Amino acid sequence: MRGIVTEKLGLHGRHLVIGVPYLWLLICLLLPFFLVLKISFADMEVGNPFGTLLSYADGALMLKLKLSNYLYLLEDDLYVLTYLSSIKYAAITTVGCLLIGYPFSYFMARAKPRFRPGLLMLVMLPFWTSFLLRIYAWKGILANNGLLNDLLMSLGLIQAPWHMMNTPFSLLIGMIYAYLPFMILPLYSNLVKMDVRLLEAAADLGATPWQTFWRITVPLSKSGIVAGSMLVFIPCIGEYVIPELLGGPQTLMIGHVLWDEFFSNNDWPTASAVTVVVILLILVPMGIFNKYQSQQQERKA
Amino acid sequence: MTTSVEANNAVDLDQPYLHMQNLVKEFDGVRAVDDVSLTIKKGEIFALLGSSGCGKSTLLRMLAGFEAPTSGSISLAGQDLVGVPPYERPINMMFQSYALFPHLSVWDNVAFGLRREGLPKEEIAARVTQMLELVQLKAYGKRKPHQLSGGQQQRVALARSLAKRPQLLLLDEPLGALDKKLREQTQLELVRIIEQVGVTCVMVTHDQQEAMSMASQIAVMSEGRIVQIGKPADVYETPNCRFVADFIGSINLFQGRLVVNEADHVEIASPECLHHVGHGISGSLGMPVSVGIRPEKIIISAAPPEKSPAHAPNAVQGEIVNLAYLGGHTVYHIRLATGMVLHAAAGNIARHAAQPLKTGDAVLASWSDDAMVVLTQ
Repeated sequence: MRGIVTEKLGLHGRHLVIGVPYLWLLICLLLPFFLVLKISFADMEVGNPFGTLLSYADGALMLKLKLSNYLYLLEDDLYVLTYLSSIKYAAITTVGCLLIGYPFSYFMARAKPRFRPGLLMLVMLPFWTSFLLRIYAWKGILANNGLLNDLLMSLGLIQAPWHMMNTPFSLLIGMIYAYLPFMILPLYSNLVKMDVRLLEAAADLGATPWQTFWRITVPLSKSGIVAGSMLVFIPCIGEYVIPELLGGPQTLMIGHVLWDEFFSNNDWPTASAVTVVVILLILVPMGIFNKYQSQQQERKA
Repeated sequence: MTTSVEANNAVDLDQPYLHMQNLVKEFDGVRAVDDVSLTIKKGEIFALLGSSGCGKSTLLRMLAGFEAPTSGSISLAGQDLVGVPPYERPINMMFQSYALFPHLSVWDNVAFGLRREGLPKEEIAARVTQMLELVQLKAYGKRKPHQLSGGQQQRVALARSLAKRPQLLLLDEPLGALDKKLREQTQLELVRIIEQVGVTCVMVTHDQQEAMSMASQIAVMSEGRIVQIGKPADVYETPNCRFVADFIGSINLFQGRLVVNEADHVEIASPECLHHVGHGISGSLGMPVSVGIRPEKIIISAAPPEKSPAHAPNAVQGEIVNLAYLGGHTVYHIRLATGMVLHAAAGNIARHAAQPLKTGDAVLASWSDDAMVVLTQ
């Protein structure tokens, strides 16, 4: 019986196995996205937060797409500036993570094999503590009467507390701190696989260690750099918690605007439009990344 | 190319060129290279031959500068090399499985070393072209290494290591990554190019055939030490100990005692037969020795037992227990009365022998009095 059903439907165990993740993506990703997309084209209605796009009256089926939610985003400076500032902070965070993470991963990958698990553990260890708690801890460090200021003042390096909290500085400290592991892990897994004989070959051909690094190591770790940068840049754009806790009035980011529209203004259509634009902003670098990756794979094949 | 050939002629060829003195390398207290002293002449192709773990690669890596010797000295053309980093040594290496830069084209791979020297562009272009012509890959400059076959990659690696006109070329298992047929062709091609360039060359290999066909001198290594140095024919025909005799090619070893010790001949009695050796050896009567005979030096014939003399020197009787037809020759395993299994190889001169020897046949195996090598250690 079961055999007949599966034969008729053309279903096989393999399809079912592949089907599960697709079903998950459909329910948890695609469906909510289309809901948001729908709301972004709808009017704000009391009692019906989803709005109505299709209506049927007098024998006419009406599809009403309201574009003003999107036009509104262009009219008001706030949105454009916030998008730009989100991209700016995400980009600075990415560069910061790369500058700190690359040497870190490099030395981890070149460490003796028996030390590597321990070093990896050190990178992963922060994940064992609540993310929120760790960001709060930075508040205690960076505040005017916090650990860092106390230390600097007791050393006599500064006379008055140095104002760091709620500035771009404190925001970036928090962001780089939180996202550093996402840069280190892909870079490490790339660098640790690198053929050390290539570095020896470069040295043998007269390249100094510095030249070897720039001519061989960096180009060969390009895919790790791209993967790490994407893993940091993409979530950084939409980051809400860190700017909320460590940022200030100068560091408006799109996550905050989104929250305001949804929960303070209760303007779901505008909030949805903001969301759709954020998703587009993230999809573009993702697309570039995917294209790069498939090119790499083609080259390997 | 002309410059290096001229430089070659300017130096007395018999002068030691590369010199290693009491070289030791320890890893965590274990001696990988144990007190090696070696002198290599200019223009020579010198092979370090040994099984894996014998220290030959460590020795090569010390020459390249990747490992620092624990003690001892290395000098090249009178210049002390210890402490000189690899990128400042006038030595280039062709790596095992080549280590070509995967992100660079063939052209850029060959030009890599020249660019580090800061040569003018035209000079680099001229030299890269020359090198690619030398290895017959001129049309492949734009390709990436992974687009080439194993043999082509090997030639790129050679071109890259020769481009800087090194004073010493190191080859680490140069043909190890090629299949058998290609390996045999490439051996001679590699020697032709190295000799054309006129560079002194040290190669490391575990393949005795490769060492014999390419090198002018072979050093056999075992457990970090050099056991024997000599021309390929010397190492094969007059091994100085059982290890070398056994490692290079295959050999039948008879254990016996010296019973006649004259200046022009000696006789050795072993349980299998009496060995009459047509040259003198340094030893004393009664001392235990081994007699080695290479399989190809044994003549086998189907012999009716009643006709063959019972105890003629340099001859044994036995029964074929196994034979392997290998095309060019056949290897026979002959069991002797003492239980020893003798290996003998006979060339297949006729396409189909009238009465081929087969398993179970009784045979007489014999050899001439200059076919043996007497080993005292």
